[in-house]
Amino acid sequence: MSVVTVQLGQCGNQIGHEVFNAICSDVHGTHGLCSKKENESYHDACKERFFSEEKAGVPVARAVLVDMEPKVISQTLSIAARSGYWKYDDRSHFCQKQGSGNNWANGYSVHGPKHKDVIMNLVQKEAEKCDRLSGFFTIMSMAGGTGSGLGAFVTQCLRDAFPASFILNHVIWPYGTGEVIVQNYNSVLTLSHLYQSSDALLVHENDVIHKICAQLMNIKQISFRDVNQVIAHQLGSVFQPIYTAEGALHYSRSPLGDLMETLVPHPEFKMLGLRNIPQMPENSLAYSTFSWPGLIKHLRQMLIANATMEEGIDWQVRPPRPGSSVLSKHSTSKLLHFNASIANLVILRGKDMHSADLGSFRDPALYTSWLTPQDAFNLWKTPRAFNKYEKSASLVSNSQLLLKPLDNLVGKAWNMFASKAYIHQYTKFGIEEEDFLDSFTALEQVISSYTIL
Amino acid sequence: KGVYDEALSSFFRNVDTRSGGDGRDISKGKICSLKARALLIDMEEGVVNEILQGPLRDVFDSKQLITDVSGSGNNWAVGHKVYGCQYRENIVEKLRKTAEHCDCLQCFFIIHSMGGGTGSGLGTFVLNLLEDEFPEVYRFVTSVYPSGEDDVITSPYNSVLAMKELNDHADCVLPIENESLFDIVNKIHQMISSGKLGTIVKQNSLVTSSTGSTKTVQEKPFDAMNEQGKVTGFCAVKVVSARFEGSLNMDLNEISMNLVPFPRLHYLVSSLTPLYTLADVNVPSRRLDQMFSDAFSRDHQLIQADPKHSLYLACALLVRGNVQVSDLRRNIERLKPSLHFVSWNQEGWKTGLCSVPPVGHSHSLLALANNTCVKPTLMELKDRFMRLYKKKAHLHHYLHIDGMEQSCFSEALSSLSDLIEEYNELDATKGGPRIEPSRLKIAV
Repeated sequence: MSVVTVQLGQCGNQIGHEVFNAICSDVHGTHGLCSKKENESYHDACKERFFSEEKAGVPVARAVLVDMEPKVISQTLSIAARSGYWKYDDRSHFCQKQGSGNNWANGYSVHGPKHKDVIMNLVQKEAEKCDRLSGFFTIMSMAGGTGSGLGAFVTQCLRDAFPASFILNHVIWPYGTGEVIVQNYNSVLTLSHLYQSSDALLVHENDVIHKICAQLMNIKQISFRDVNQVIAHQLGSVFQPIYTAEGALHYSRSPLGDLMETLVPHPEFKMLGLRNIPQMPENSLAYSTFSWPGLIKHLRQMLIANATMEEGIDWQVRPPRPGSSVLSKHSTSKLLHFNASIANLVILRGKDMHSADLGSFRDPALYTSWLTPQDAFNLWKTPRAFNKYEKSASLVSNSQLLLKPLDNLVGKAWNMFASKAYIHQYTKFGIEEEDFLDSFTALEQVISSYTIL
Repeated sequence: KGVYDEALSSFFRNVDTRSGGDGRDISKGKICSLKARALLIDMEEGVVNEILQGPLRDVFDSKQLITDVSGSGNNWAVGHKVYGCQYRENIVEKLRKTAEHCDCLQCFFIIHSMGGGTGSGLGTFVLNLLEDEFPEVYRFVTSVYPSGEDDVITSPYNSVLAMKELNDHADCVLPIENESLFDIVNKIHQMISSGKLGTIVKQNSLVTSSTGSTKTVQEKPFDAMNEQGKVTGFCAVKVVSARFEGSLNMDLNEISMNLVPFPRLHYLVSSLTPLYTLADVNVPSRRLDQMFSDAFSRDHQLIQADPKHSLYLACALLVRGNVQVSDLRRNIERLKPSLHFVSWNQEGWKTGLCSVPPVGHSHSLLALANNTCVKPTLMELKDRFMRLYKKKAHLHHYLHIDGMEQSCFSEALSSLSDLIEEYNELDATKGGPRIEPSRLKIAV
């Protein structure tokens, strides 16, 4: 089954492009290959999922590119075509000239309705190219005007037009110290609206990825391209073909559906975090060896202690022991040290993954009481290595990973809202104070739900 | 000859001048003849004529000029009421024509001075007109404010009358003071002559306009600055991100969105670094960081103000050249502790990265801030106004113009006073205790 990617705004288009690059380069890579049959199977599954065939031979990404100004899309299209390995469909894009001015209301209330038909037409065309449609993967940032506002609108339209398909929104959390001054408003409005139409929100935080670039990848002058490439690598590690069941004979056909089934048991809980290890500069890879026990141990502690990367993990944090007093388990303090999970998914790629023991992830102490660990935890794997890493392990987690960032975000936005600063910029385009209050309420609800896990 | 591309088309039309009349627009391909998307308006002919005889003569079409002979006599009322009325239709027609040639009209730039009669009076008349005729298009105004020793006696009247119009009808105003331009030019002169700069400095090159021409700094710095460099170069930097590519584009409408938290507080303090060209192309980090520090120093501001000791409502940084997001973040972290931000916008930074540097530089930084440091400028203006107004000096020159009444003056004065009061209220919050409003409570 195929996934149609919708790239929204500058961020969405820049990242989307890196994602297809990463996927393509992984498929053509020569490291850690297994049997010829295995590789072909991987190659075919990947192709079907993300690309359509063109007579000319170069695979065409199943993607729709949307932006309210032309520069990024034209750059993205031309760079992709020059790679020689893949390209975008020349007709699958839509742009305007004037941009959204970092204004969510402009993206949502003005551009959205105005360009709905054109954009949905493009999506429909891409959907029709698929033999079977698994669903939609949208990429956007929350901070700006197009990705956030228009993105929220488009997600709603997708939900209305394709009620049976899955929608996964990849959302970029902006740097804490500002890329856009009104980013907290835009983020609050985006998240609250997406929560209604999306199946799940997969989040990447710029601050986190930036630290990975600085401390793990040793990049001196970090550019957005570096950040985007790390993000693309992490996404690829989740979405490349994988076996989702023990003893499965072929690669899973329904990537989005599988993801939702394993991770989103309840519509109140849609925030997914992503961790991927190891992460290091390419030229260090040749000198490093990895072991599954080591990787799994680190990944588990990263989950429990809510560590954002493999360095600086707090090993003191432990899950609460069963039988411990009610008081300590349900602390009212929002800053719980232990990260409680609803559901987790671990993805292992590389040789000898059969030997990996995931028992520690099935510890009931990690999870809430609603699901048994058998249901709350899932393991996907393939012997086929990913993107030059002999072994790599990813964790997609529906847990309190994003609670603190979300709480901070809402706090800052509320602080600004109390002074009514910038509100006139939104009411100008039809988003009233009431709409803000609705959004705040919705998110406080989400925060509350995640807090009392 | 170069290629006419997306970047050029923001500011210029590519016209096939072989055919007669208006000339057909050529949308792509080689540059035939560039025409600025501009209107030049002056009620006397001297300055406009000079432009039409200078190196930029081919860029301006004679059909884009509106001139008269006698000038406005340094009288806002003459500019606004008399000439406004007289030339309204003509201006609207020419504006419509220019607008028709645009695929997508995003904003108007108005460049004028506050102290005289035409720029101030007719200029603000045009501002009103733009709001009426093109309500959806942003109006950015670059205003040159008179200095204390201005030789035009009535400049305080003209400025305050114009201020009311700016308060009510502009989306964003960038005030510039001649005094600051003087200081900057002098500073550069000093640095050149004292040999303080370790590296080779190319003489006589200021940051210049988007056409890439370098103008020499003459003995009369006033002329040099007024005619080129500072104001136009600065305006160009401001819009450049809209024209060129980068990893984090910043557009004009984003400037207005991020820097104007309340409709009337739309006066932005601007600074541009570096001011001189260095021979080095690959500037090491330390110099890069110096560029950021300079942007916040008093010496680099385009008005006589010290933003560091006042309150920031918002700040935007637009960097051009080989600067990456990590450089930007490092400098923000470094400078933040020494700056005071308003309580509801503690991390209020808007950033933009454009990979194309300006001509002759390896990188540059434009800082735009909404800061209460404009208050002293406004207060001084009010004081100078009051000194004349209390004695009713020169009022008759204005009041005998049709449409002018005493109330025009009192309304303008109260508009300015209100604005100053808004800044006062904000300043009062500076350094005070931060009370975080309590969050919404959800029933569990």
